[in-house]
Amino acid sequence: MESSKHPHKAPGQWTDLRIEILVGFMLRTGVLLAAAIVLTGGVLYLAHSHGPRPDYAHFTAEPAQFTTFAGIIHGVATLNPEGIIMLGLLVLIATPVARVLMCVVGFLFERDRLYTVVSTIVLVILLYSLFFHK
Amino acid sequence: MDSLSFSLILLVSSLAAGLLGALSGLGGGVVIVPVLTIIFHVDIHYAIGASLVSVIATSSGAAAAYVREGFSNIRVGMFLEIATTLGALLGAWLTTRVPTHSIGFVFGLVLLYSAYSSLKQHHETLTQKPDRLALRLKLQGSLPTGPNTHQDYVAQRVPAGFGLMTLAGTLSGLLGIGSGAVKVIAMDQAMRLPFKVSTTTSNFMIGVTAAASAGLYLRSGYLAPALVMPVMLGVLLGSLIGSRLLVRVHVRTLKIVFALIIVALGVEMIVSSLRGTL
Repeated sequence: MESSKHPHKAPGQWTDLRIEILVGFMLRTGVLLAAAIVLTGGVLYLAHSHGPRPDYAHFTAEPAQFTTFAGIIHGVATLNPEGIIMLGLLVLIATPVARVLMCVVGFLFERDRLYTVVSTIVLVILLYSLFFHK
Repeated sequence: MDSLSFSLILLVSSLAAGLLGALSGLGGGVVIVPVLTIIFHVDIHYAIGASLVSVIATSSGAAAAYVREGFSNIRVGMFLEIATTLGALLGAWLTTRVPTHSIGFVFGLVLLYSAYSSLKQHHETLTQKPDRLALRLKLQGSLPTGPNTHQDYVAQRVPAGFGLMTLAGTLSGLLGIGSGAVKVIAMDQAMRLPFKVSTTTSNFMIGVTAAASAGLYLRSGYLAPALVMPVMLGVLLGSLIGSRLLVRVHVRTLKIVFALIIVALGVEMIVSSLRGTL
């Protein structure tokens, strides 16, 4: 309770601000890593692609190698440039999920039962959306 | 056009969109989708896929900078993320059901509203009335106003804020945008939180909200790797440059110019949706 009122005080404890600074640093690291992977895949893609650009004017869903976790991992293992780009996107999508996970842990350390539950609910919604939402 | 020149043109356009999104405060998503659909004739499903990914990158990339200021309220954000993520599930599901031109039409309306809201003068209406529900949910905080001063605040009208956040999430999932404008309205207008708290907390929430649509976008095949690559890198770079420039440029004049561009894009989206050419 006290820590939520004065986030910039109470040093040495698990305060909101400390959680947020840690989370902010982690998010930026995740984004830079994702961007580096996407860039690597992109350079490989452009080095190997010849001929006219793909047509995006008509929507035909991407093939299974880019829409399933197994397909993407297989693509990375075979050094498929587009598979590597997709791996970067998965890392990127994981950053907000990791952020919520860090908050669950942070609130647990703060012994804030209400917000441990609240952030767990958000985490469950995110995991459901990533793996099951149809 | 070959892949290399197409990717380079997309990279430059996305950089401009990210720059414009950061300087206008509207975010990269609302700019990049009309650019992709109207100028590059990309199908709206691929466009919102590329945009959603860029929105996550921008939000997570800027988080560290926002946190340092100490304005964002992690509890308010987390509580309202229940609403935005549930809304995003609904919105993303809708994209697989509703026809393309109705997505375009709603997008056009959101563009027009965003332009209006970016120009509206801001009036702070703070109250410290102890709202029972807000206190029970610990939706309160203190905003640093100087080296040794701070201002306490308590959220008001929590159900209205929660409802608006569900709408913000639905729009985010349906249109592949961060819908920061609606999030700020929910916190600033409905819940009467200080403006700085609303805008910085909104930035934090955008990435989590967008992540809730990403799974369905991925499985539905909206994420075309070769298209997303230049768009995501461009928007991320543009918005990082934009937020650095923000402290130096004269915002008011720029905002009017940007609002006019957004209005033009919005009208174009609505017209081509009605004509069925989107």
